[in-house]
Amino acid sequence: MIQKIAAIIPAFNEEYNIVSVIRAVNSISNKDFEIIPIVINDCSTDGTSFLARKEKCIVLDLPVNLGIGGAVQTGYIYAYHNNYDYAVQIDGDGQHPAEEVVKLFYELKRNDLDVVIGSRFILKEGFQSTFLRRMGIRYFTILNKFLLGIRITDCTSGLRLINKKTLSLVCQYYPDEYPEPESIVFFKLNNLRIKEVAVTMVARSGGVSSIRFLSSFYYMVKVSLAIFYTYLRLKFKKIF
Amino acid sequence: MERIQIIAIAASLVLTFYVVRLIVKGKLREEYSFIWICSTILLIIFSFWRGGLDFVSNLIGIYLPANFVFTVSIFVIFIYLLHLSVVVSSLHKKNKKMAQEIALMKNKIENDL
Repeated sequence: MIQKIAAIIPAFNEEYNIVSVIRAVNSISNKDFEIIPIVINDCSTDGTSFLARKEKCIVLDLPVNLGIGGAVQTGYIYAYHNNYDYAVQIDGDGQHPAEEVVKLFYELKRNDLDVVIGSRFILKEGFQSTFLRRMGIRYFTILNKFLLGIRITDCTSGLRLINKKTLSLVCQYYPDEYPEPESIVFFKLNNLRIKEVAVTMVARSGGVSSIRFLSSFYYMVKVSLAIFYTYLRLKFKKIF
Repeated sequence: MERIQIIAIAASLVLTFYVVRLIVKGKLREEYSFIWICSTILLIIFSFWRGGLDFVSNLIGIYLPANFVFTVSIFVIFIYLLHLSVVVSSLHKKNKKMAQEIALMKNKIENDL
């Protein structure tokens, strides 16, 4: 049976990239799965929504800016209520090559996993990000190893495929700001099976990253706190 | 009655009137007005009862009445700020949910048309 994958594309002022991202996603459907792009326009002030509507995709327009986590969760809720079998997050900035989703999909099917994360640090090919950012990611890898006992090399990777069971969980809870590292803790403590697959990413083709240099310190602190609280919430449910 | 006492009483009365006016006009919800009404009442009581502050601080064992006022008010302000952070967090959560529902409903309406 052909399976339905929701490609969730959160987009905030991405008019330069959005069309090519949607077309790339549409081009990878094959005999095993049909992938449908769902663009979540996070209250963009440019032509993101207008351009996306001309393409073959579903567009959800948020009335206020929710940030990446809220936007992605909107897509997850849509996917869950419209009976999609899987959902994959693909950033609207063109960093995630759509073909990599095929790898994630077969890896998930083959190993009967719940979450598959695309990691750019397994093969160390393609866009590797800046030195400082890699240090930050290394820190989260160590933190995850310590708290969860699993090794996730690229926990800030947004490219991740999840199945229906995971979808039902993220509809109830998904972090608002910088959700990627925190959600790994959330997944693991909900006893989901997680695995990483080597992918190659490209440098963003336009727009600016949501994590700028000045805010990176805030990012580290906020995400560490969020991980800590999520860990407490799920690990010590009975006390709280 | 001393001059400072008259000023204190006048100021507390004006503050009380202002809080009541905000509630009547619907700009302040009753549940959040509670703490403000309480503090204005306290202000009025202590502006009339001159020896009151000395009495209460002696009772607790604080040497200077001024220290008593600062300690208590800072503590109350901290607790109230914490409460407001909780309120804001809950509003944030509700706001997010609304926005998501609206986006999903807009999409549904467009499809039905």
